[in-house]
Amino acid sequence: MPKCLDCDADINLKADVETGEIVDCPDCGTEFEVRSLEPVKLDHAPQEEEDWGE
Amino acid sequence: MRLGVLCSIVRKEEKLIFEAFRERGVDFEKIDDRELSLDLHSRSFPWDIVLERSVNHARALHTLKLFNDRGLPTINTWDVANICGDKVLTTNALVRAQVPTPKTIVAYTPESALSAIETLGYPVVLKPAVGSWGRLVARANDRHAAEALLEHKQILGSYHHSIFYIQEYVEKSGRDIRAFVVGNQTICAIYRMSDHWITNTARGATTANCPVTDELNEICVAAANAVGGGILAIDVFESERGLQVNEVNYTMEFRNSIDVTGVPIHERIVDYTLALGEASAPTG
Repeated sequence: MPKCLDCDADINLKADVETGEIVDCPDCGTEFEVRSLEPVKLDHAPQEEEDWGE
Repeated sequence: MRLGVLCSIVRKEEKLIFEAFRERGVDFEKIDDRELSLDLHSRSFPWDIVLERSVNHARALHTLKLFNDRGLPTINTWDVANICGDKVLTTNALVRAQVPTPKTIVAYTPESALSAIETLGYPVVLKPAVGSWGRLVARANDRHAAEALLEHKQILGSYHHSIFYIQEYVEKSGRDIRAFVVGNQTICAIYRMSDHWITNTARGATTANCPVTDELNEICVAAANAVGGGILAIDVFESERGLQVNEVNYTMEFRNSIDVTGVPIHERIVDYTLALGEASAPTG
């Protein structure tokens, strides 16, 4: 199970998680992006940029 | 058919679209724009059609242009993204197509912007030409607020914040309409309700189903066609002058609209993409 890069808490990924998806640490709330699944690799989620949107 | 989906971070919307493709047994390639490098001298791509779902407007815009200019069809097209990504161009397209839209003035200096604001009368709404989710949208209720806003935009903003997009304030009684157009049909719509004058769901608005009347369908399809058509979300005000189109979004978010409308919007996106993809794929 991957761990929070900041507080070391366990992060429980759902079975249908996608690479590129943003997940939260249940303890400290930090957002991470799932960068790969095999093996599971998390990075800090990118900061919102000025041109982000719909 | 070789299908690509251009994205970066994967939101709930992309996840639903991926699941819908997989449930239909459709292979697709996720194209992460952060890993993409495009040789401008190359004309071949490993896809027959690309569905654009990037959260990053600048990357989407350039990528769509390079794809379209090399004959690769995309949903939506560069023309649509270019118009919808810039509120000045969107309003211009709506006005050209005679789609009702709030009065809007564009100005390039704080002085001319202030003059334009006084012409429209208070309150007015100032928006960045490029931006989403209600970011940096500001309402000026009087001249003092307008002067301060314009000065802040000029001094603190990057250059494109000095393209002043000034829109009349439309009283919307706590709600507006977000309608979803796929092709030539408004497939569903929601009311976005908030005590705040900004009613984006990204800013906490609540939602309820909005029946798609003939009138709503007509104005939304007209707005979609005005910007080039495709898969679009149309924001509509119910004003004293009737329905008016406020904005058009080309990479629409819809996670809050499926349950309230009962319409599987992601499935309709997939239907449309596959139909265009089949038509675009080489035969034989």
